[in-house]
Amino acid sequence: MNLPYRPLVLGISVLAFSAAVFAGGNHFYAPVTDPVVREECGSCHMAFAPSMLPASSWKRMMANLGNHFGDDASVDAQTAARISRYLVANAADAGGRQSAGKLLRGVALDNAPLRITELPKWVSEHREVSAREWRHKDVRSKANCVACHSEAARGYYDD
Amino acid sequence: MSRFDIKTLGIVALILSAPVAAGPRDALLTQYAATARAAAPAFSGFSAARGKTLHSQNFAGGKADTPACVSCHGNDPRTAGRTRSGKAVEAMAVSVTPTRYLDAAKVEKWFRRNCNEVMGRACTAQEKGDWLTYMSQL
Repeated sequence: MNLPYRPLVLGISVLAFSAAVFAGGNHFYAPVTDPVVREECGSCHMAFAPSMLPASSWKRMMANLGNHFGDDASVDAQTAARISRYLVANAADAGGRQSAGKLLRGVALDNAPLRITELPKWVSEHREVSAREWRHKDVRSKANCVACHSEAARGYYDD
Repeated sequence: MSRFDIKTLGIVALILSAPVAAGPRDALLTQYAATARAAAPAFSGFSAARGKTLHSQNFAGGKADTPACVSCHGNDPRTAGRTRSGKAVEAMAVSVTPTRYLDAAKVEKWFRRNCNEVMGRACTAQEKGDWLTYMSQL
């Protein structure tokens, strides 16, 4: 077979490079694709990317949906099991993933906070946001990523 | 094209352009009516006016930061609301969001959560029916 090796190799390198830049970029967190998870976890706040917390955090969170940061977010057992499976399978440390990302730097994977906004890296990345900006009527809370990160729904959290 | 064809086409177009079928919503109202009647034999139907009052009034039994439905849904059910965490909530009025209240389990899930958070108790079937009637007729 006579394959056009040079263009092929070139194409593959370009693809690999793009993948490294985009997927490996510091600020990409793959958005939730499961429709049930998107619905149940995305009604009150955006459905946060499972890769933002380790599996231990998601398990702990799913065990107490009746008091979810002060709100009743309980779902039936079958739905809860499906959501848990998805979150754990795609967690920051799923399958011993090393690149849990910088978001988990300095975080004990077996004892991570439940709030993404309490991860040390999250705090330092947002240190320049003033209290007045957090109170802005279109922001309201630190859970409202899309207020500032216009591409958050697609997984991009660049400035 | 014969007149028959045009007529058939017209009917097909009418069916295609019809709004989302309200079947499940009506079934839900029928079910609430039956429950309300069982609880109070004097039950005399649902009232959009009572639903409107329920939607806008403040309750003391629930959480301090969400004393009313309108705390998150906003004063006008025909416009979007906003959760406390800042996410937009589609308008509650069926006339604006016709896909609402077609999934009974979803409706019940939100009544269960929200009645408890706003009123500190479950809503009665009478209250659910009144409220749903208001949202459907608005």
